[in-house]
Amino acid sequence: MIAEGLLYTKDHEWAKIEGNTATVGITDYAQQMLGEITYVELPAVGKEFRSHDEMAVVESSKSAGDVYSPVTGTVSEVNPKLASNPELINDDCCGAGWLCKLTITDTKSIENLMNTKQYEEYLKGL
Amino acid sequence: MKLIFEKSIQGRSGITVTPSDVPTTINIKKEFLQQSPAELPQLSELDVIRHFTELSRRNFGVDTNFYPLGSCTMKYNPKVCERIASYPGFTHLHPLLPQLRMGGMLTQGALQVLYETDLLLREITGMAGFTMQPMAGAHGELTGIMIMAAYHRDKGNKKTTVLVPDSAHGTNPASAAIAGYKVVSVPSSERGVMDVNILRNFVNNEVAGIMLTCPNTLGLFETNIREICDLIHSVDGLTYYDGANLNAIVGKARPGDFGFDIVHLNLHKTFATPHGGGGPGAGPVGVKEKLLDYLPVSIVVKRNDGTYALEYDRPKSIGYIAPFYGNFAIILRAYVYILMLGKDGLRRVAENAVLNANYIREKLKNYYPLADGLCKHECVFSVSEKMLQNGVHTIDIAKALMDKGFHPPTVYFPAIVKEAMMIEPTETESKETLDAFIDAMIEIARLTETDPEKIKSAPTTTPVSRPDETAAAKNLNIADL
Amino acid sequence: MPFIANTPDQQKQMLAEIGLTMDGLFADIPPELMCASFNLPAGLSEQQVRNHLAELADKNSTNLICFLGGGFYDHFIPAAVYSIISRGEFYTSYTPYQPELSQGTLQAIYEYQSVICRLTEMEAANASLYDGGTAMYEAMMMALRITGRNKVIIDDTVNPIYRVMIRSYTRNLNIELEQTHSIDGLANRQQILQKIDDKTAAVILQNPNFFGCIDDFTDIANAAHQKGALLIVSCYPISLGILKAPGSMDADIVTGEGQSLGMPMSFGGPYLGFMATKMQYVRKMPGRIVGETKDRFDRRAFVLTLQAREQHIRRDKATSNICSNEALCALTALVYLSLLGKKGLKQTAQLCADKASYAYQRLTAIPGVKPHFRAKWFFNEFVLDLPREAADVIAKLIEKGFAAGFPLSRYYEGMENSMLICVTEKRTKQQIGMLAEALESIL
Repeated sequence: MIAEGLLYTKDHEWAKIEGNTATVGITDYAQQMLGEITYVELPAVGKEFRSHDEMAVVESSKSAGDVYSPVTGTVSEVNPKLASNPELINDDCCGAGWLCKLTITDTKSIENLMNTKQYEEYLKGL
Repeated sequence: MKLIFEKSIQGRSGITVTPSDVPTTINIKKEFLQQSPAELPQLSELDVIRHFTELSRRNFGVDTNFYPLGSCTMKYNPKVCERIASYPGFTHLHPLLPQLRMGGMLTQGALQVLYETDLLLREITGMAGFTMQPMAGAHGELTGIMIMAAYHRDKGNKKTTVLVPDSAHGTNPASAAIAGYKVVSVPSSERGVMDVNILRNFVNNEVAGIMLTCPNTLGLFETNIREICDLIHSVDGLTYYDGANLNAIVGKARPGDFGFDIVHLNLHKTFATPHGGGGPGAGPVGVKEKLLDYLPVSIVVKRNDGTYALEYDRPKSIGYIAPFYGNFAIILRAYVYILMLGKDGLRRVAENAVLNANYIREKLKNYYPLADGLCKHECVFSVSEKMLQNGVHTIDIAKALMDKGFHPPTVYFPAIVKEAMMIEPTETESKETLDAFIDAMIEIARLTETDPEKIKSAPTTTPVSRPDETAAAKNLNIADL
Repeated sequence: MPFIANTPDQQKQMLAEIGLTMDGLFADIPPELMCASFNLPAGLSEQQVRNHLAELADKNSTNLICFLGGGFYDHFIPAAVYSIISRGEFYTSYTPYQPELSQGTLQAIYEYQSVICRLTEMEAANASLYDGGTAMYEAMMMALRITGRNKVIIDDTVNPIYRVMIRSYTRNLNIELEQTHSIDGLANRQQILQKIDDKTAAVILQNPNFFGCIDDFTDIANAAHQKGALLIVSCYPISLGILKAPGSMDADIVTGEGQSLGMPMSFGGPYLGFMATKMQYVRKMPGRIVGETKDRFDRRAFVLTLQAREQHIRRDKATSNICSNEALCALTALVYLSLLGKKGLKQTAQLCADKASYAYQRLTAIPGVKPHFRAKWFFNEFVLDLPREAADVIAKLIEKGFAAGFPLSRYYEGMENSMLICVTEKRTKQQIGMLAEALESIL
């Protein structure tokens, strides 16, 4: 299930660009691989990340997945619901299970992201 | 089953403390004392014995039945080793004794054990000198990488990375990272071994060294091992041997001859010291001549008059890895084991370990998919496509084995094999045991087609079944307070 | 062949079924890599090996009366401890990766984690580390991870062997280690408080300290917390039978050597590193952790938990590389504490303090022997100054049958005439008297 209107990375993160804010999360493929999520380590508000920097960690009882920032920007908000309800990521990975928002500081960093069709193709090849 | 705290009765005690024969002290300043004593269990000695006896009955050891955990070498732990390790002549030695003037003469027997074990391990592995300090395999890995770093520092080499195959045991990259190196993972070939041509792309001047095990974690011997080591040496990198799989070649071949500069051994694997429910182990590290200067201190040396002493004067040493000489009581057990086996015995260990593993491989290959060809001391299987279609995964096979009275093999390692099951029988298992295990595995394979639900609902004969690990992580309860 | 069950006939039969010879099984090893011959002795029988080792054991002196401490202690071990830990189901099992077959080990570790927390007054403990020194190092690394800083302050009242270990482990790492110099046997507050800044990850202290002196670090904990740094305290578990626990001092991570909890001195190991922390830091804690949960029939069950932090999952990003730990020693500690219980540990600790105090009176009454640190409260170890070189006096005491005193000059400059004496509940009034007489006759 791939939501429309989002951009994707090879590491299965998605980004929703609205103005110069990017909302970021992990895709359905990633949440399925991880299994039931038990904990999320989110970045601090105000921290800066470049594209591909390690930004967060999503843990299940059997594994842990690094989340890499899809864009270059500064964290403006983190999802407050994930501390008590990490399974939101499993239930609604592209909606209520968003991880954090970044203020984009380098618009060029969006250019290498895949659109829905490209991500679909990419998944087929895995 | 109740927790020990739930069995506590106020006022009970499991021991009678000897009455004091001296006056009660001037009370220590009140501010330094606790307000109330810790809430430790309060049970009679019988209560304690019964509690732990019941717990032991909910446990499974090598003494119970077949325990084919791949990569762990669950061989029989000889009882004579336990008996000797309990001699007061060994248990009652304070570790600081040989550091006192005249104190070394009080511990000659213990120092001799350390010294002779060093020499025996050198011969077994083809290395020039050992440190007995590391207290587990992973600890040995860290020690080895620290020696690597000391060598490069001494030579003025600027090295930043350590290479590991993608099939490596997790402790390898973890140890290298903790020692301060960046870890680069080298993909294995189709067959699951290291391909020199692939490796070549990763070897550059930044490479401090490579960590390998041979046979590797799939139980396959790296036939190009000399070439691999030469390639690393060509950039003045060092080659590290993870000795976890030594049981496959002990007494037949030596990692030192393959081209390895640093080696760690797992005494609790190859050398039959008990696993203890997760430890204690011991991970002595051996090195080639060019690295001897960097070994941790102290080192046991033999003086000209035949007595043993501790030597500390090694200016290039990496320092102390352990507080003293290593897990002495574990080293002692390994020493006894090696003496009992001797030259021929060690060779027969590897021969029978490999024979047993290939016997299982041969008998199960038509029921479970596995990589083709000869394996060494362990073999890796998978579940078939058909089994997966019936909803049966490796974890289910493992649980079904429990109902047959066996401990499952290692599951889901190495990660490069999908739905992996790694079986390491070891040489101490008899043909009858192997046959019983093989029959059980075949029966389970059959059931995955005729009655998959039975497999998926296993185990049914154990005190607990399929505990909820996700809930354990989410609703953390790690102490009764 | 020792421990190999299959007869040559059975081996032949198995080879036939595989369709290979024994040499054929090793055909994948290039012949030039096979070792033609090993220079190893022939194997011994059980009888032979027991004789040999009995001889070696006899070459060790174990009838010296022990007054040595320095972090490793001669405490009394009840017989029931050995009965329990020598059960094959415990010691021949491995890491409880398959919970259904390891509820014994798992519940025991859970109970062990619980007693460590109760003893240290902390909220979360792990399943064990190798020893008190590596536990201290791991605590330091944990503090670096938590704070993201790289400066660590450590006082020289902390066990000198552990300090050497920490220096060894951090050679190749970007960590700033600052050592403060104790004043009059206690941690140097002036220096420590002055050095704590917003680059400090942790302050590492020990109680009772290496000199045996007792302290309360609440003031340092406050100072550290004000600057966002952590307090790590290494402690002696037997002393927690009467002394204030590090948890009450608001320590963030507590570590220590658990050998005194039912393990013999064993010439260096195996030992037991324990670690406990505040619940807010539990995910940054290294080592295995056992948690309670329910199985599919709603029965109480124990499992390894928070494994996502560990090496087999996180690999180079793991909290530590530790795999095998000291599980059987953790079980030993649990059994020991369960046998002694609330009352027994307190009584044992009181005995240690009383006997040490008595020894102190007797020994400082000897002409020429003085306490090094006046009016400092101690638990069961204290430092004495002698009129001449301590190392020499200690050698003479050995000749008289006492392992009495550690020469501090080994690790501390300017203390050539000082020695550290330890007294446990095993020492009798008579033995203490004999030590006093022996020392007096030497001086």
